[in-house]
Amino acid sequence: MSSGKEPLIRTAKRADLPRYQIYLLRAAALLLALVAGGLFILCLGHNPLVIYATIIKGAFRSPMVIQATIKIMIPLFICSLGVTVAFKMRFWNIGAEGQLIMGAVFASYFALFHSDWPHWVLIIVMIIAGFAGGGLFGLIPAYFNAKWGTNETLFTLMLNYIALNIICLLRDTVWADPKSPGFPKIARFAQNSQLDKLFGVQMGWIFGLILLIFVFVYLKYTKHGYEISVVGNSHGTAKYAGMNVKKIILRTMFLSGGICGIAGMAQATGSDMTLATGVAGGVGFTAIIVAWLAQLNPWGILLVSFLFSVLEKGSTVIQSEYGLSADCADVLQGIILFCVLASEFFLRYQFVLRKKGGGRS
Amino acid sequence: MSDTNTERPAIACKGITKVFGTVVANDSVDLQVKYGEILALLGENGSGKTTLMNMLSGIYHPDGGQILIDGKEVVISSPIDADALGIGMIHQHFKLVEVQSAMENIVLGTKGKLPKTKQLRRDILAISEKFGLEINPDQKIYEMSVSEKQTVEILKVLYRGARILILDEPTAVLTPQETQKLFAILRKMREEGAAVIIITHKLNEVMEISDRVTILRKGKSIDTVITKETSPQKLTELMVGHEVTLEIRRPEYEDPSDLLHVFHLKVDKPDGSAGLKDVNFVLKRGEILGVAGVAGSGQKELCESIAGLIPVKEGAILYEKKDLKGKTPNEIINMGIHMSFVPEDRLGMGLVASMGMVDNMLLKSYKNTKGPFVRRKPARKMAKELVKKLDIKTPSVDMPVRMMSGGNVQKVLLGREIESRPNVLITAYPVRGLDINSSYTIYDLLNQQKQKGVAVMFIGEDLDVLLALSDRIMVLCHGEVTGIVDAKQATKEQIGLMMAGAGEREVMGHE
Repeated sequence: MSSGKEPLIRTAKRADLPRYQIYLLRAAALLLALVAGGLFILCLGHNPLVIYATIIKGAFRSPMVIQATIKIMIPLFICSLGVTVAFKMRFWNIGAEGQLIMGAVFASYFALFHSDWPHWVLIIVMIIAGFAGGGLFGLIPAYFNAKWGTNETLFTLMLNYIALNIICLLRDTVWADPKSPGFPKIARFAQNSQLDKLFGVQMGWIFGLILLIFVFVYLKYTKHGYEISVVGNSHGTAKYAGMNVKKIILRTMFLSGGICGIAGMAQATGSDMTLATGVAGGVGFTAIIVAWLAQLNPWGILLVSFLFSVLEKGSTVIQSEYGLSADCADVLQGIILFCVLASEFFLRYQFVLRKKGGGRS
Repeated sequence: MSDTNTERPAIACKGITKVFGTVVANDSVDLQVKYGEILALLGENGSGKTTLMNMLSGIYHPDGGQILIDGKEVVISSPIDADALGIGMIHQHFKLVEVQSAMENIVLGTKGKLPKTKQLRRDILAISEKFGLEINPDQKIYEMSVSEKQTVEILKVLYRGARILILDEPTAVLTPQETQKLFAILRKMREEGAAVIIITHKLNEVMEISDRVTILRKGKSIDTVITKETSPQKLTELMVGHEVTLEIRRPEYEDPSDLLHVFHLKVDKPDGSAGLKDVNFVLKRGEILGVAGVAGSGQKELCESIAGLIPVKEGAILYEKKDLKGKTPNEIINMGIHMSFVPEDRLGMGLVASMGMVDNMLLKSYKNTKGPFVRRKPARKMAKELVKKLDIKTPSVDMPVRMMSGGNVQKVLLGREIESRPNVLITAYPVRGLDINSSYTIYDLLNQQKQKGVAVMFIGEDLDVLLALSDRIMVLCHGEVTGIVDAKQATKEQIGLMMAGAGEREVMGHE
């Protein structure tokens, strides 16, 4: 009496793979993503190879274009570093978008109303303000989480919308540009309030590189970084070791939000030269993807955020040259993400097909 | 036992293999049980007992081999299939709905129309009577004791008409007296013609209850012996694979003076119910104080409140003359008190599962160095020393500790704690899940600490071990101390009665 059948496909845990196989599998995932993306482009009636080539060319064809690509990369890279700090603690900070905005808002205050200060003093003050703005905004969900155990994912997510609407509020009321009646916007920053350029790109990339070293060392070699790992592993262990878990959560989220805030400061004062509602433009969400694809490795983030920026910049070119919507880039991003995440699953599991005869060997 | 040798086996497993990743949990295992027989499945932790049984109850699917029920080959792909084949499993962790009554739990998930309550009650009581079970069908699960809950689990499978019963370590949560009751039920089932498989690693229970014993070692079925023709010593050798001495030393310490006084300790559980109610005792230098009790009698609260991890509601914990009440672990360290706690949950509390040995060595000492950076060099040296000293098996001191075996994990944890030169050492179930060799290493380590004058508290579950290792035994029941007795004089029965709530005076007065 056989009362049941073995399921057609079942998953089984896989042995730990050797390192080269892991990379091979990831490379295969990327290849698969390019093929799947190619099919998508094919369906739209274009030659995928031409489109891919155009994307690459579109991001690198001249020094000026490369500078533009780097400019896109700056906020994404810094934000990814920011969320990584929180993610290492398994604190799901989905609020990088809002923290970036608040960093931009705080920095913009000085850019708008203290443009008469000496330039370098102003720049330093704006960096601090950006950090404080993002940090304080990150501290709110951390405080509620540490005190009452609220869900940080929802909390940080909702704060993004509050931040966005704070810009709208400022734009329509107290910070409204008097020279632009009828069309609400915030005034363009004075020359003195603008971030300087180095090698043709705004200085934000320097901030990014400094933060890269800082985050790498902080997480890997400092006591704080060690505490973050322990808290991320188990609150029980952290308490057992005599750590003040609440303090660590607050401190880490202040730092995470603060770094995102610096991204906002750089974007507003270095690229936009004003405070616009599009200052974040979804960067805070893309940063989450970048951080995970890079496995929370700061050097990996450098690479992944660069590739994302290439895709972003390149797709503006396919829009102008082939009339393909820039949203294509988002679709391609989605396909890449899907394939890479699937490969992470296959690193740990494999499918076992039903054998003939129902499970006997 | 009737002569059943000519009958077809109730269950026969032939060459069952199950692989998890690189771990071969079951390697071509053979096993047979007849109706009217109790088979003990004996093996150390990690030898594949539970994996094998989970395949019989449809939770896992074998990668190879055959399962035959009543001589016919079957495929069991879900617990529902197992149910239909008359296989009932009683898990180590009960699967009951707390807010429902026994009766509701028993019919839960059965197919067809539900019988009327009256009829159902009658049916359940009829089955209870047949097998000698005591139960009130209308009682809610949350009002029941652990052994009553187990009775419900047994009834659940009997009600479904199971003829093959599998019990996964059923005695782990019972007092010796409750164990006797369970065994009486199992014998009754045997008389009624059921096939019973009992998983255990307690040798005396195997000797007492089973007709035959199948021994598993490292996923392989080593041998099947008739219980009457074997001895605990021989079973151990089969289980471990080589000769072992089953003796635990109890060295004497010359001058045991009082070190830790606990007065009227009251501690609440996280849900607000009482965890400890008015606990008083003294812990001496150079002694091992064993703590016995049914699981969940307040052991966790006792350890964690002394270690400063959970708040104390009332009472005092005096170390010499300093009160530790309301102090955090950090403050206790700063008071200059060297207290070490080896928690029950090794990877969720005592160690960081995803970190290697080196980083785990730092857990309590990383703060002691100056500057913002962690110093891994001394930790690495210490980790390497521990590997040598305690014979820890790991390919590298940087390999995540969660990938180590249970015995090695415990050596890392206990080793780190001992390296901090404690005056008080609290250990909660330190040999749980360990193989016999590792267990004896741990006993030796605890004895060494005792001889150095450390006050050792040993929360245990195996009464034989507690009686052999401890100097005194404190018995907990429902958060209260029912007695503190001299381990050299007490018997297992006496401890058992106290575990069930009887006072020390009435128990020891029987002598």
